[in-house]
Amino acid sequence: MKGELWALIAGCAAVTFAIKAAGPVTLGGRDLPPRFSSVIVLMAPALLAAFVVTQALADGEHLHVGADTAGVAAAGIAVWRGWSVLPAIVVAVAVTAGLRALA
Amino acid sequence: MPYALAAVVLSLSFGVLAREVGFSALGALVMSAVVFAGSAQFAAISIIATGGGIGAAIGAAALMNARFLPMGIALAPSLPGRPLQRAAQGQTVVDASWALANLGDGRFDRHFLFGASAVQYVAWVGGTAIGAFGGDALGDPRDLGLDAIFPAFFLALLLPEMRDARSRAVALAGALIALALVPVVPPGVPVLAASAAALVGLRRRHARETGARA
Repeated sequence: MKGELWALIAGCAAVTFAIKAAGPVTLGGRDLPPRFSSVIVLMAPALLAAFVVTQALADGEHLHVGADTAGVAAAGIAVWRGWSVLPAIVVAVAVTAGLRALA
Repeated sequence: MPYALAAVVLSLSFGVLAREVGFSALGALVMSAVVFAGSAQFAAISIIATGGGIGAAIGAAALMNARFLPMGIALAPSLPGRPLQRAAQGQTVVDASWALANLGDGRFDRHFLFGASAVQYVAWVGGTAIGAFGGDALGDPRDLGLDAIFPAFFLALLLPEMRDARSRAVALAGALIALALVPVVPPGVPVLAASAAALVGLRRRHARETGARA
């Protein structure tokens, strides 16, 4: 394994430690300014949507629609219909693998 | 515990997919053991899988972890001890255990939190080990459709976040920013840039406060 991946592990561990420690250590008992919390809350939909489209609708540096696009869309429908996360992921995997097997 | 089962399945796929982007089995196991934050690990690996650099991957993991800041602040009054002890106790927070330990009146049952997180930790590291060391037996992850796991997981997390119009607008903006940038900037950067969509949180809230005062 390349050294840079160990650096990635160390970096991820460090930022995760710092973020998890920050609240209990420095901000205990105090509230964040509401505008700041509002940005943090909105960070989730912005990032999650970006992850979904860059993986399901793109392939590296090119926009690309494939079997995985259909699989992820099927999982989206399942969650929207009230399925929980795991069964929805199974649907995504099954649809993607099925379409690739047919192709 | 359904959360432990979910952790095993997700970490198992983390182990398999980490191998796919160049991690050794030991590397994948170490990452789960020392980072222990599922969506941040998925985020970092996703950036590497799309060809992005280490800096972008760590940045994405940090942004994905931003939610632990307000979660840690909410938890803070329930954690006794000196700053170092509180920092250590804060490390036990994961989404499921935090939600389960929330007593609903602003307090948290910290012993329940530690216990629930310990179960999650064993499930997470164990699942990673199975995926990282046993993944070779499965065959080509692409043939099995395993590359759909991360985006499907992120989508499953996204949909419940889109309850109000503002979240939906931010998600749409984030998606459009990322897609528009995919062909023109290095891999990994589109996702980081998409987080800028969250900055509307500054403006809109301010406008509402001003409106309330008027």
